[in-house]
Amino acid sequence: MTKALSQMTIHELHELLKKRAVSSREITQAVYQRIDAVEPRVHAYITLTRETALKQAAAADEKTKQGTIQPLTGIPLAIKDLLCTAGIRTTCGSKILEQFIPPYNATVISRLKEQRAVLVGKTNMDEFAMGSSTETSYFGPTANPWDLERVPGGSSGGSAAAVAADECIAALGTDTGGSIRQPAACCGIVGMKPTYGRVSRFGLIAFASSLDQIGPMTKDVTDTALLMNYISGHDPRDSTAVNREVPDYTRALIPDAKGLRLGVPREYFGASGIDPEVEKAVWEALRILERQGATLTEITLPHTEYAVAAYYLIAPAEASSNLARYDGVKYGYRHPKETDLRDMYEITRAEGFGAEVKRRIMLGTYALSAGYYDAYYRKASQVRTLIRQDFEEAFKACDLIVTPTAPTPPFRQGEKLNNPLQMYLSDIFTIPANLAGLPGISIPCGLSSRGLPIGLQIIGNLFEEEKIIHGAYCLEQNSDWHLTKPSLA
Amino acid sequence: MRYETIIGLEVHAQLLTDSKIFCGCSTRFGEGPNSNTCPVCLGMPGVLPVLNRKVVELTIKAALAANCQIVRYSQFSRKNYFYPDLPKGYQISQYELPIARGGYIELEMDHGQSKKKIDLNRIHMEEDAGKLLHELDGVPADHSYVDFNRTGVPLIEIVSEPHINTPEEAGEYLRILRSMLQYLEVCDGNMEQGSFRCDANISLRPKGAPVLGTKVEIKNMNSFRNVMRALEYETGRQSSLLESGEKILQETRLWDVNQGITESMRSKEEAHDYRYFPDPDLVPLVIDDAWIDEIRSTLPELPREKKERFVKEYALPEYDAAILTATRQLADYFEECVRLGPQPKVVSNWIMGDILRHVPDTRDISQFPVTPSHLAEMLLMVDKGTISGKIAKIVFEEMVASGRMPQFIVAEKGLVQVSDEGALEKAIQEVLNANADQVEQYRQGKEKVFGFLVGQVMKATKGKANPQVVNELLKKMLAG
Repeated sequence: MTKALSQMTIHELHELLKKRAVSSREITQAVYQRIDAVEPRVHAYITLTRETALKQAAAADEKTKQGTIQPLTGIPLAIKDLLCTAGIRTTCGSKILEQFIPPYNATVISRLKEQRAVLVGKTNMDEFAMGSSTETSYFGPTANPWDLERVPGGSSGGSAAAVAADECIAALGTDTGGSIRQPAACCGIVGMKPTYGRVSRFGLIAFASSLDQIGPMTKDVTDTALLMNYISGHDPRDSTAVNREVPDYTRALIPDAKGLRLGVPREYFGASGIDPEVEKAVWEALRILERQGATLTEITLPHTEYAVAAYYLIAPAEASSNLARYDGVKYGYRHPKETDLRDMYEITRAEGFGAEVKRRIMLGTYALSAGYYDAYYRKASQVRTLIRQDFEEAFKACDLIVTPTAPTPPFRQGEKLNNPLQMYLSDIFTIPANLAGLPGISIPCGLSSRGLPIGLQIIGNLFEEEKIIHGAYCLEQNSDWHLTKPSLA
Repeated sequence: MRYETIIGLEVHAQLLTDSKIFCGCSTRFGEGPNSNTCPVCLGMPGVLPVLNRKVVELTIKAALAANCQIVRYSQFSRKNYFYPDLPKGYQISQYELPIARGGYIELEMDHGQSKKKIDLNRIHMEEDAGKLLHELDGVPADHSYVDFNRTGVPLIEIVSEPHINTPEEAGEYLRILRSMLQYLEVCDGNMEQGSFRCDANISLRPKGAPVLGTKVEIKNMNSFRNVMRALEYETGRQSSLLESGEKILQETRLWDVNQGITESMRSKEEAHDYRYFPDPDLVPLVIDDAWIDEIRSTLPELPREKKERFVKEYALPEYDAAILTATRQLADYFEECVRLGPQPKVVSNWIMGDILRHVPDTRDISQFPVTPSHLAEMLLMVDKGTISGKIAKIVFEEMVASGRMPQFIVAEKGLVQVSDEGALEKAIQEVLNANADQVEQYRQGKEKVFGFLVGQVMKATKGKANPQVVNELLKKMLAG
């Protein structure tokens, strides 16, 4: 059976486009046909940009005719709705930004535009990226294409579902505590969080600035490497974007694992709350890598158990400050009735933000308050340093660390929505990499007995995305989980 | 009981950069509302601050001049509070790790008779907020409007230790600090436009008591005089409260310039909790020695050194030197003029008398029509006797009016001093003839009349007569 255009990867389509066997217009139309067919059930998008997309596709085809095709030219991509797109509303999944149209592009968007990629639409997400299920979106939840009753993970659940359901060729997400990797695992796709500072955050609407990072969400590892080539690099508009050469990540697409030393952290296995099926799938994947020449070493990351606690102080603290600008004064939602200043602030924010956002603003405000700062924010920052040191120590003995991405396969909608602590534990394996600024990937490594995707996480040392891509590509080439698709019956 | 006043000052000085601290917008004052803005200084979603290198450079300059230690590793923090003129809901400032610590400002009280060092606690960088407008075109409006032009304009905050004991010392501290920043071209020191602002912390304690009393913060003082008046008032208010056995409340009070009193703005309980924490959008600021040395090498001579040099090098009284060095521009004007030849004290007299009358702000002296070389040329003409001191006054006013060179004015108006004895004898004789009565009185011993006769000769020669020659000739001719 031949693949439909919408099912293909960036690199497959690029070959066809280069040969002029297909046009970007045809691909884009195929993607929208797919969207028309499945979007009512999946709800991956907040905003679709069909008209401008078709224009961009036509312009890309024109460039291709002139012989100036680049690897992303004409490829329909989906963008998480917290990356600013000039002239296209950018909501962050929130009522407070429901009507916000930025006059500028995020740096990653400018880079994709230089490549003449096609923007399909803006994907759904947990409000302000706060959540692990895409259920806190003001625009309603996204369904997991593998089981519409279940969540796609979050917060980049819209991007993950869109990729898994072939409603785009690839997507960008953002990851603050696992928001790319965990939904990638839930939807059976590849998702990478680069090293903090690898990709410019300019135009990323901040949740927690010291943790947020933009990354690719794709159908295979090759596409991740390709997108990494074009979104990475220094940006004078982001002081935290590191001025460091961007390698060609596709050179790391090596099918064997010879010489790779894989660290298996004791603390990530056998822990309470981890589904045995997940653990089994990860071990099977580790055996595949071993057969391909990797060596396994048990390592220890002793401060892992404090990571979630530290994260839920640092991230909300930063968020409480980052979200202060949504006050009804300048843009976004404002409570319509005439009130005095204080009421305007209070009612606007009470009505504009959802429950989870408010919960985190309160948590963060508390953690930074006079008299509590040392016990909470400062202590959490110290724990963060210890976690970073754990990884430094671990990477002396291994090149990559392999863990499950999420403790369980995707859960049911509504299952954890009213139990924040349970929800927060969905990111127990992904949060440490954010705290340490390390790059990590999630790739498919199996299906549960119910037919739900399971993801494997590979964490690398700072700026060692190439090694991660190497390990991930090897696993992908020696398994076929990435080819398994949801039936979306 | 005798009380001791303890004052600490917080000065906010706007740095003289062309662009804002975290974006490329202009810092120009007086532009149309919200014209100097961009997504970054408006705090739009997703934008990020990028530090202006010039801000750091000017801050280091000020810190070096104030004898501070430059902190090699400093950090920006967020000061969180809600107000419509603060677009991000936080101000980017420095908190735990400011760029400079320590340092001092030396005061000279009682006309240089006593000196006192006021220690500094810190200097840190921060961004300014915007401005709320409650009227439109002079008419009170039913809404308030925000102008974000000032948002993100770079400031330094200079925090003194509580080592100031009188309103006079506070005034002197501010004058010296402002003059220093102006010399460095770090700040224009304009209090009315808000580019140099001051808040004060003041407390009283029984003389000799070991612990500080409860402090009160005073805001809204927009001139040196008001700072001194407010501190004077507050000293009185606090001491009479203490005298009557009442407690001082820790609070922030506003100076009401019209009533001449301070009024409570908010109590300690209502004070903001700013929830400072390191700004994750900005990497820590690391300053190396090479940069500090480079900046140090560009430091100009500062007011104190310059004043001392003026006293020594030009043999000027302390008083003259202090006035001449009040601004770098005036000092330069003086030195430029002296370099061309005239006597320093003569130049000083002209500057302090005639020039300051015409130039209200000596930082603008380069705009003054009489350039140092014109002034020098005129003074040399007096020196050589080409014109009289009296004529010089006329020439000077003409130079102020037209900006022309003195030699042209003198030539054109025929103002050259007449020293020729023949010509003067003739004029004197005419005066003697016309004033026979006075001549008679003089000869009978009424010597006062001599002055009158000199005046008549000067009048007859339209002031051009060389008074010395007139004196001698007149004496001779009256005797003869």
